Amino acid sequence: MLLARVTGTLVATQKHRKLEGAKLLFVQPLTLEDTPRGPELLAVDGVGAGVHEKVLIVLEGRSASDAIGQKMAPVDAAIVGIVDRVDLS
Amino acid sequence: MQLGRVIGNVVLTLKNDTLDGVTLLLVQPLSSSREPVGRVIVAADSVGAGVGEHVFFVRGKEASFPFYPVEVPADAGIVGIVDQWHIG
Repeated sequence: MLLARVTGTLVATQKHRKLEGAKLLFVQPLTLEDTPRGPELLAVDGVGAGVHEKVLIVLEGRSASDAIGQKMAPVDAAIVGIVDRVDLS
Repeated sequence: MQLGRVIGNVVLTLKNDTLDGVTLLLVQPLSSSREPVGRVIVAADSVGAGVGEHVFFVRGKEASFPFYPVEVPADAGIVGIVDQWHIG
């Protein structure tokens, strides 16, 4: 899993039926210092995240489709939590 | 998933049997600011996308899920046609 920042929203009316009702958000993966790490991605939202929020994302298909409650959904990234705080010791 | 734009298609006569009837499209991955990101890829289409359209696609084994139970040997698949997006 990775920490990421939600940067935007995307609207797609015509999509695979297993993605019907799924919210798609742009996310920018982050380093622990909150700097961008690698390219931005599109993730399905399983928790009701919003733009500018820091989130936890999974980058694996089975876990991502579980996050939206759809077995075998063709997705490879999902938001599974909204981050309150990261404590680094 | 990633944003991209369909820039062409690929036609194959001799191919893996499970690819019969599967449309293969050339996709240029894009950033949300419409800048090309990385190399053009070939993706299996399951939503009826066409050249010039903005789409989003999935990478990896999940690209074959739309064709289940046929096990299509694909590692990238278009799963949605984008109407619009908004950043910030």
